[in-house]
Amino acid sequence: MIREMICITCPTGCKLTVDLNGETLKVSGNACKRGEAFALAEMTCPTRSLTTTLRTVFPEAPALPVRTKSEIPKASVMPAMRYLASIVVQERLRCGDVAAVLPDCGVEMIASSDLLIESE
Amino acid sequence: MRENCRTFDVAVVGAGPAGLAAALAAERQGSRVLLIEREARLGGILKQCVHDGFGLVRFGEKLAGPEYAHRFLSRLSGTSIQIAALTFVSAIKKTDLFGLELVSAHGLETVLSKTIVLATGCRERTAQQVAIHGTRPAGVFTAGSAQYYTNILGKLPAKRCVILGSGDIGLIMARRLTLEGAKVLGVYEAKSVPSGLPRNLAQCLHDFDIPLYLSKTVTRCFGDARLTAVEIADVDENMRPIDGTQQILDCDTLVLSVGLIPENELAETLGVALDSATKGAVTDQDGHTSVDGVFACGNCVHVNDLVDYVSESGETAGAAAARYAVGTRKSIPVRTSDNLLYCVPQKISITKNNGEVVLYFRVKRELQNRRLTVRLEERTLLQKNYKQMRPPEMERIAVKLPETIGENETLYLQLEVNG
Repeated sequence: MIREMICITCPTGCKLTVDLNGETLKVSGNACKRGEAFALAEMTCPTRSLTTTLRTVFPEAPALPVRTKSEIPKASVMPAMRYLASIVVQERLRCGDVAAVLPDCGVEMIASSDLLIESE
Repeated sequence: MRENCRTFDVAVVGAGPAGLAAALAAERQGSRVLLIEREARLGGILKQCVHDGFGLVRFGEKLAGPEYAHRFLSRLSGTSIQIAALTFVSAIKKTDLFGLELVSAHGLETVLSKTIVLATGCRERTAQQVAIHGTRPAGVFTAGSAQYYTNILGKLPAKRCVILGSGDIGLIMARRLTLEGAKVLGVYEAKSVPSGLPRNLAQCLHDFDIPLYLSKTVTRCFGDARLTAVEIADVDENMRPIDGTQQILDCDTLVLSVGLIPENELAETLGVALDSATKGAVTDQDGHTSVDGVFACGNCVHVNDLVDYVSESGETAGAAAARYAVGTRKSIPVRTSDNLLYCVPQKISITKNNGEVVLYFRVKRELQNRRLTVRLEERTLLQKNYKQMRPPEMERIAVKLPETIGENETLYLQLEVNG
């Protein structure tokens, strides 16, 4: 089975050709090693980072940018969004602070901005 | 009057990624630096770019936009840089120093500076700049405005949305609006090839089953108070709509991602020469413009696709502004072969002791298997092979110049078929 995909690891965006022959996986078109790891993950358990905003109680800064600390399964992205819709940030978190934990995979959502500190 | 004015060595206009890097680099050289920003918060457009992928080149990490800005903002506090936020530069006048007229809640102030670094970024093309007929209802946003509503105000601007233009911000917004629960009907691109990076086509559209339609454009808006529908038409190779291909799509929002234009209003009042290919200032390798003492960096010079290079150009311009001494400049032109859209810098200032220069360039159209030769007259300085080159992807190369360069020489960038 041959599948083509774009490696999303870096802005180069290599066009990968993945040849799955039984148990062996042959990747071509990648400019670096990361392409091979990406292709393997795409064929087994594709993962993505999730970036979004969370509602806050602070009127001058109603949306706090957050991101997953590590990648989560691609299939968990939309469920994560539904869960995060229920979260309201109550504290003035700093960039890097944990804002929420995703229930199904246990991955932390961390604040990616000092917005709540700056606007204090 | 003069004695009452605050005086600086370097005045940086704009505190986005280019301006932040420029201010920090100038201060590190011992300059008295003023950093001017019209918004309340520093960081420029990065504040609303909550998606990740920033900083891979510079920090080796995938950071979110605000996080990338944070890396620079957190360094400001330990410096002597003076910050004027919520401040607008209404005019710059050149005498022996530059006089900048600042407008803020405190009123009017004139400050003096030896040099200026323009870091004014770029603007989005709007609906008025692409021919869309019909009514002018609410619900037509540039991608950046839609991003501001979603990520800064926390308000979803769309329920059923059409995106015109396949630039990166449009692709990012297609994903963002989908994540927040809007239905994105499709991304329509008048050109026959997408404008955004392949990785964004993959992770923003493909991952969410959002269709991309090439050689199609929006020709008309419908609706009174709010947009109710748009008309889509196929376009010919000259991007003119083809009669009889029109279809109507019900939607409440049209998001435009139809290009960015360097912001050079202040540069023009200073008489800075602009390049018709980049729509930004003509600069040398230090970001020095055609006007002595005026430097430019980041997206007001040319629209970059990676913030890492915006920061790099800011650092270069900021450090050069700090070192600036009045004197005669000698420069040689940079010329490119016809298949290149542009090269920044457009000229190289020559000294007694020439070092390394960084060149940024783009191809005009998609090309495969090319060899770039950088030469000074007949002397080849560097050769590099490229398998695949696309207009959306800016190329960067560092070239070591010979120590001595003649005043009448020219630097050539020549891109030819490899082999």
